[in-house]
Amino acid sequence: MLSLTLLSIPLLASLLLLFSRGAMSRNLALVFTLVQLGFTIFAYTVFKAEGAGPFDYMQNWSAKPFINVHLSMDGMSLLMVMLTNVLLPLIVLSGYNRETNRMHVFYSLMLFMQFALNGVFMAFDGFIYYIFWELALIPIYFIAFNWGGENRAKVTLKFFIYTLAGSLLMLFGFLFLYNGSPANSLEWSSLVANPSCSCNQSWLFWLFFIAFAIKIPIVPFHTWQPDTYQSAPTQGTMLLSGIMLKMGTYSLIRWLLPIVPAGVQEWQPLVIALCVGGVVYASIIAIMQRDMKRLLAYSSIAHVGLISAGIFALNRSGIQGSLVQMVSHGLTVVGLFFCADIIFNRTKHEEIEGLGGVRLAAPKFAAWFLIIVLGSVALPLTSGFVGEFMLLFGVYQYNTWLSIFAGLTIILGAVYMLRMYQKVVLGKAIKENMVFPDLMWNEKIVLVSIGVMIFALGLFPNPIIELTEPILKTIIK
Amino acid sequence: MENFLELTKLISPASLIPLFPLLGFLLTAFFGKTLKHAAGWLASAMILISFCLSTFLFINLPANADLSFTIFDWIKFGNVTLSFGFLIDHLSIIMLLVVTGIGFLIHLYSIGYMHNDEGFARFFSYLNLFIFFMLLLVLGNSYLVMFIGWEGVGLCSYLLIGFWFKNDAYNDAAKKAFIMNRIGDLGFLVAMFYMLFYFGGLDFETVNAGAQTLEVGNTLLVTITLLLFVGAMGKSAQIPLYTWLPDAMAGPTPVSALIHAATMVTAGIYMIARSNIIFAMAPLTLEVVMWVGVITSLFAAFIGMKQTDIKKVLAYSTVSQLGLMFVALGVGAFSSGMFHVVTHAFFKALLFLGAGSVIHAMGGEQDIRNMGGLAKYIKITFYTFLIATLAISGIFPFAGFFSKDEILAASFSEHKAVWVLASISSMITAFYMFRVMFLTFQNSFRGTEEQKHHLHESPWTMTVPLSILAIFSMVAGFWGMPAVMSSTHWFGTYLAPVFEGSKAYLGEGHHLDHGTEIMLMVIATVLALVSISIAYVMYVKNKTLPEADAETTGVAKWAANKFYVDEFYDKIIVRPITILSDVLFVLVDKLVIDLVVMAGAWLVGFTGRTIRLVQTGNTGFYVFAMVIGMMVLMFIQLVY
Amino acid sequence: MEQQILQAHPQNWYLVLSTILFSIGVMGVLMRRNALIILMCIELMLNSVNLLLVSFSAYAGNTDGQVFVFFIMVVAAAEVAVGLALLVSIYRNIATTDIDVLSKLKW
Repeated sequence: MLSLTLLSIPLLASLLLLFSRGAMSRNLALVFTLVQLGFTIFAYTVFKAEGAGPFDYMQNWSAKPFINVHLSMDGMSLLMVMLTNVLLPLIVLSGYNRETNRMHVFYSLMLFMQFALNGVFMAFDGFIYYIFWELALIPIYFIAFNWGGENRAKVTLKFFIYTLAGSLLMLFGFLFLYNGSPANSLEWSSLVANPSCSCNQSWLFWLFFIAFAIKIPIVPFHTWQPDTYQSAPTQGTMLLSGIMLKMGTYSLIRWLLPIVPAGVQEWQPLVIALCVGGVVYASIIAIMQRDMKRLLAYSSIAHVGLISAGIFALNRSGIQGSLVQMVSHGLTVVGLFFCADIIFNRTKHEEIEGLGGVRLAAPKFAAWFLIIVLGSVALPLTSGFVGEFMLLFGVYQYNTWLSIFAGLTIILGAVYMLRMYQKVVLGKAIKENMVFPDLMWNEKIVLVSIGVMIFALGLFPNPIIELTEPILKTIIK
Repeated sequence: MENFLELTKLISPASLIPLFPLLGFLLTAFFGKTLKHAAGWLASAMILISFCLSTFLFINLPANADLSFTIFDWIKFGNVTLSFGFLIDHLSIIMLLVVTGIGFLIHLYSIGYMHNDEGFARFFSYLNLFIFFMLLLVLGNSYLVMFIGWEGVGLCSYLLIGFWFKNDAYNDAAKKAFIMNRIGDLGFLVAMFYMLFYFGGLDFETVNAGAQTLEVGNTLLVTITLLLFVGAMGKSAQIPLYTWLPDAMAGPTPVSALIHAATMVTAGIYMIARSNIIFAMAPLTLEVVMWVGVITSLFAAFIGMKQTDIKKVLAYSTVSQLGLMFVALGVGAFSSGMFHVVTHAFFKALLFLGAGSVIHAMGGEQDIRNMGGLAKYIKITFYTFLIATLAISGIFPFAGFFSKDEILAASFSEHKAVWVLASISSMITAFYMFRVMFLTFQNSFRGTEEQKHHLHESPWTMTVPLSILAIFSMVAGFWGMPAVMSSTHWFGTYLAPVFEGSKAYLGEGHHLDHGTEIMLMVIATVLALVSISIAYVMYVKNKTLPEADAETTGVAKWAANKFYVDEFYDKIIVRPITILSDVLFVLVDKLVIDLVVMAGAWLVGFTGRTIRLVQTGNTGFYVFAMVIGMMVLMFIQLVY
Repeated sequence: MEQQILQAHPQNWYLVLSTILFSIGVMGVLMRRNALIILMCIELMLNSVNLLLVSFSAYAGNTDGQVFVFFIMVVAAAEVAVGLALLVSIYRNIATTDIDVLSKLKW
């Protein structure tokens, strides 16, 4: 039942916000996301004490086709729910001291997004899962479309159709599984218990894989992403990169791996090579990007490529590492996009070449920006290191050469991140008397909390690992 | 049992050692503005406390004992537990003393040197952070903890090289250092994967125990050690990853002294000494280490001969000396390598600090062609610099003589050709070090009138560290006197338990008879004296000046331009990658992949555009089509 | 009683009649351009179908067909009401009911 509460808070808040106006709606959004965060922490303690029991909610929706509204919770779900609900208040907070039109709609959509994301992570019935998966697309489409920058109509249309097309493949896959399953149900546990015959899994794999690969995105299904990240409003980009793409990587572990195990085995070499190739490919492209948000977009592709590679290594280290890295990447990428937003907000510049000398005017901002950059380049003691260490070790166990190739990311990552940091923050001021106020209160809270979490997880990653260990034992056999 | 109890008492002081610099970092970073110049004193005090604690450990650690303890379990997954813990043994204590001792002196020196800098507090917070990571590196009881320090010092090096961040050339140098180090770090990381996979853990004990179940020269061990050596190449600036170190001189001079001469760059040597068992079990790797070391040593010495920036000369001499230390490791003389690390830390820190004092006096001038005759203006600096120069040149009885002699003797008994090359390298070292000395301090002043007016000795916070280091540069050598002169080699005996394990694999081939040993010392001294005389004749007697950059020709030009290695790297690595980046973006990403995606979208659009032509808007046509359609359906119905 | 009257003629006659009526309606819809006449032709088609339904109903001795006829008559009445209202408003706007002119609704 607790899972229903986790869903209803953001949903009700989203409806309520529609009736508020102006700055009031932003405050309300902040309050509700904080309430949700508090409730999530409560849920964590309950889960620790009593396990999944209090979260289990099962209600028959339709007898034919047989659909259950089945919400539940395990360590992995809880981790993703926590990530979502920790990031949301920060994302709302980052909107303070900024101009936004029709704020009530904007934040209402954002909370609706939170509702859908929570649903995706808690759904244990394929049909409900699919509904939440698609539901999450709607608010982000409107956010990107209405509040986006240049070329937004074209870019968001591409994003929407691209991801929708992928999802349809998944829907087809689910329908096939539904008809084939002996119990005629898309219940997660029954799908896991009765996998389809391996002759079918060979192509079923691709239906699911492409849907997730587009969302993640894995090269070569990524071309929607840099455009969208660039043109969406920063808060939308944070939602997309921080949480929404985790839907893809989460689903790889939750759905793809257990329900088509033979297909995964069959295509593992190809897919892992694709992921690792994508890591290096995106890293190299990121080096010469001229636009900050695009650079961050490509760096994000590289990072999630490594996460997927770790997942497809199909061993403990790789999958555990991917979960740690999902959280870590969620934190760092939100922080980085926020830094980009702070710079854009002050200078109205997004081109890397036209910037510089920020550190002179805003040393505090420069320092926190650097900390997040370091988290992103996986310096030890930051969460990024723990994640990448485990991921690369997972890939290493699969193949040594592949891990060295994937390991290039720690070199190339330093190259593009430090290049960006140097050109944007260091050096002389581009303009005389550049006005660049240092961090405002809301910015300080966001950056400091992200920075602190990066270090906290870097020092004590074990809670995450312990949380997800039991469920992974059932997934990796 | 009693022994164990006694050891556990040392745990808390040992764990506190790195905490004080960390505390200092946090305080100076967050309250730098309020602390102002007190930040420098605070930071120095923190290091002093750590130094005292290290001394406490040094005194209280029983002989032949070592203490390894876990502080907390860091990463735990499956059956792998990677814990965060420290190891206190004689090797780490030596390094602790060097890092905190010299670190403290350099902190003190910086109070004077950085006095007028607007980033005063920031500078000290970085320095403290550096010491913190360096202590982690030294104290770690596993490769993973060592790696934390390893990357952490790289970060501090990045921060401090680019300390004056307004200058883009400095920022480039900082970035270059970080990235080149990262290349090495990848080797280290992959080596850790091998160890974790095959030995099931990363702490030194597990790895050594696992390695000893294998046979000597096993491919696995060779691979691991070679990969570790790649890490050492990056951190300790060996060919081919050395080019960052000369550029790193962009940082403030105390940084060059602390990080890029005395401590961080010797981390590679420390790491190999720490892994002496697995290296000893991989003779092939030792061979590689030796050759890379000797070639680097010689190569850097050649470049050093033609540099005109005082700090660049010192930087190349550091690369060259580090090469010599790797030679020692390569021939299996681990304790000689560590001995040279220690003596080198003293005299090279002294040289850099002396150079800093010169630069301070000259108001920022670094070109030795514009100096000269400084001896009478800045006396303390001159004498301490002279002592350090004598020490690095290997003149009896200064510290460098003993440690260098040990390395040369060890290489003589292992490999004659390496001995010849190493001797040439030290001969060149003596030459260019005295070249710098003479050009800076002798003859008449060649700078501007304004500079001449400004010349002054540095404040006491700078000269006191100089003097202390000078004393150590004189006496440190006596800790390790060769067998001819003394029956006890204190340094070697002290470290012996650490290198016990590797003895078995190296064999006892190190005993030269006294005659040979004396002969080697004489040869080395004569060679050094010859070079010094040549330098004296050239630069004091004949008053030759290094020619202007444009006038150099031939090999000299190549040497002055660092053999164009940077340009070569730029051509074969940096340019291709940037071009590849653009090509991949424009050609592959935008054109090929996106084209396929857009082609899909276009196909849908095209179909729509084609079919909608049927939608004429003419009702008559619609009705006609409908009737025809109905008739066709009826027809089909009738036929089938 | 009614059944007898209806059954006075062979059923084929009704078939032929309603086919002729239906064809006239179809041809009218296809050929004429005046929307009003097209509407009338549609009515003709509907009525021919009604006739057929009634005759079948009579011959089969089953009232289902007649129920359908009532439905059709109601729907046709509604349809004529809406259709004529549309036509009137179109005529008021563009002063014609020529369907060839009314071709705005296209791509």
